[in-house]
Amino acid sequence: MKLSKKTNVGLTVALVAVAAVVITLLDLKIIGSTYVTNIIKLSAIYALVGVSMNLVNGFTGLFSLGQAGFMAIGAYVVAMLTTDPAGRAGIYYVVPINPVLEQIQIPFPVALILGGLVAAGLAYLIGAPILRLKSDYLAIATLGFSEIIRVVLSNNELAPFTNGSLGLKNVPSFSSMWKDLGLPGNGLWLCLGIVALCIAIVVLLINSSYGRAFKAIRENEVAAEAMGINLAHHKQMSFAIGAFFAAIGGGLLAAHLTAIDPNQFKIALTYELLLIVVLGGLGSITGTVLGAFVYTAGKEWLRWCDNPLTIGGVEIPIFRSGLRMVIFSILLMVIVLFYNRGLMGTSEFSWNGIYGTLRRWIGKVTGKIRKEAKQ
Amino acid sequence: MLKIDDLKVSYGGIEAVKGITFEVPERKIVTLIGANGAGKSTTLRTIAGLVKPAHGRIHLQGEDITGLSPDRIVSKGITLVPEGRRVFPDLTVLENLKIGAYLRRDSIEDDLNWVYELFPRLKERSWQAAGTLSGGEQQMLAVGRALMSRPKIIMMDEPSLGLAPLVVKGIFDIIREINRQGVTVLLIEQNANMALRIADVAYVLETGKLTLSGTGRELLANEQVKKAYLG
Repeated sequence: MKLSKKTNVGLTVALVAVAAVVITLLDLKIIGSTYVTNIIKLSAIYALVGVSMNLVNGFTGLFSLGQAGFMAIGAYVVAMLTTDPAGRAGIYYVVPINPVLEQIQIPFPVALILGGLVAAGLAYLIGAPILRLKSDYLAIATLGFSEIIRVVLSNNELAPFTNGSLGLKNVPSFSSMWKDLGLPGNGLWLCLGIVALCIAIVVLLINSSYGRAFKAIRENEVAAEAMGINLAHHKQMSFAIGAFFAAIGGGLLAAHLTAIDPNQFKIALTYELLLIVVLGGLGSITGTVLGAFVYTAGKEWLRWCDNPLTIGGVEIPIFRSGLRMVIFSILLMVIVLFYNRGLMGTSEFSWNGIYGTLRRWIGKVTGKIRKEAKQ
Repeated sequence: MLKIDDLKVSYGGIEAVKGITFEVPERKIVTLIGANGAGKSTTLRTIAGLVKPAHGRIHLQGEDITGLSPDRIVSKGITLVPEGRRVFPDLTVLENLKIGAYLRRDSIEDDLNWVYELFPRLKERSWQAAGTLSGGEQQMLAVGRALMSRPKIIMMDEPSLGLAPLVVKGIFDIIREINRQGVTVLLIEQNANMALRIADVAYVLETGKLTLSGTGRELLANEQVKKAYLG
């Protein structure tokens, strides 16, 4: 049995309304705390980058691990170009800032898009040679490229622009940008709004005929080519669009943290994103969003594992800094072994899906009760 | 309509097709028969642009299409139903068909109805994932998907591969029907009996060279062919 279209729309509207009220209340600090809103912002940013990674890995079938490098580009463009020029001397205190850069300040949305375009352009250029590689070879090449970006950004020769290994700080936060607009609240809407807009664009792309071509390439390259899909062009476009949204995510991360450091964009960040995408399900947008929230919130919740734990006067030795990452590694292994399609597989969230699952569960429970009653 | 002139194709130094010349007349069914490794698939893949020829020219209605990219060739009106069906398993039947029409910018509504008319089974299953179809239905989908590009010539690589005899008969009926509606067919088959029965023109390909040609009926009656391919 399926739910009617009316119920579907009604439930969706209700969910969006509830979410909007909760977000507004959180933003006005009526409920929750800064800690909670920060986790939500970080989850949303990870969701966007995860979706961009899913576009390349899950929908086009290219095993690419370059997302952290593209995020770094977006983060650096925002951090270099949106800070207050008056305070820049204080940021570049070891190597003085380049005099031309010192004068340039652009609005946050422009910087976000600029960062995205730089990353997309770079991805398009390097895509031409490296997208000829397949599966793990492509993964190694993209991983290497991502590291090259990070090393170049932290290079001392570029310090007048990137401040070398010191990183950049004083990036305007969502909260300050929101207040500059004269709006009530702390900028949660700004962050979530940009993320939602970007994810919506990716969803539209995937459901268009262009997106169908990506999926065709994932399913069978030979058949896709025989149908007249230009493999090289489509792979390059998917890679570049993925890089664009990863860079937007990086720019949002810079605004969220207000300070960035080249070491944030190490390979470990790509693995975190890969975990999110695999956890949510390769080929499912809603899965990735869910995965991002489960992962980020779970990582925070598991912090107690990183602190010494004493039960009945005995200190348990494995409870020390780093244990939560061990738990995540085990979780990833469990998913890959027993649940290898992730939370959502390739399907998307739907009320019908939930309704069906609920009915199955209720059916099981009532079936059991009936059986017991008979006995 | 399609003219192949002294075509040679090599894979890593080994010549798979050693200079073949043949013609596909408009609105006819042409078949290439031959054993495994004779170069049949290579010939089709080269015409489709998936492989670049080492030598020779391919002309479509007088226009040289040698060495063009596969997407250009599809948009010129040649489409390939690849060997082993190769439908997109996780996409729905409808999505598969839409990908067949990927290069077209005009409305595909009429062609969708045409394909559904040819294969009513596909219409029933249009929301089902292609991977859940039976082998015969997948072959129907592969043919339907190719037809969605509205080709002048449809090339089929072993459409009977791995299908039950009754299903094979159904597929060949459809091939004849498609041809009757004006699409030129270039067919390669190991199932020589079936292929020769429906072919207007037939060629025998042996280790990269054409050794015999004639109408389907002539080759069916040919002693050599009987011995080697009809058993």
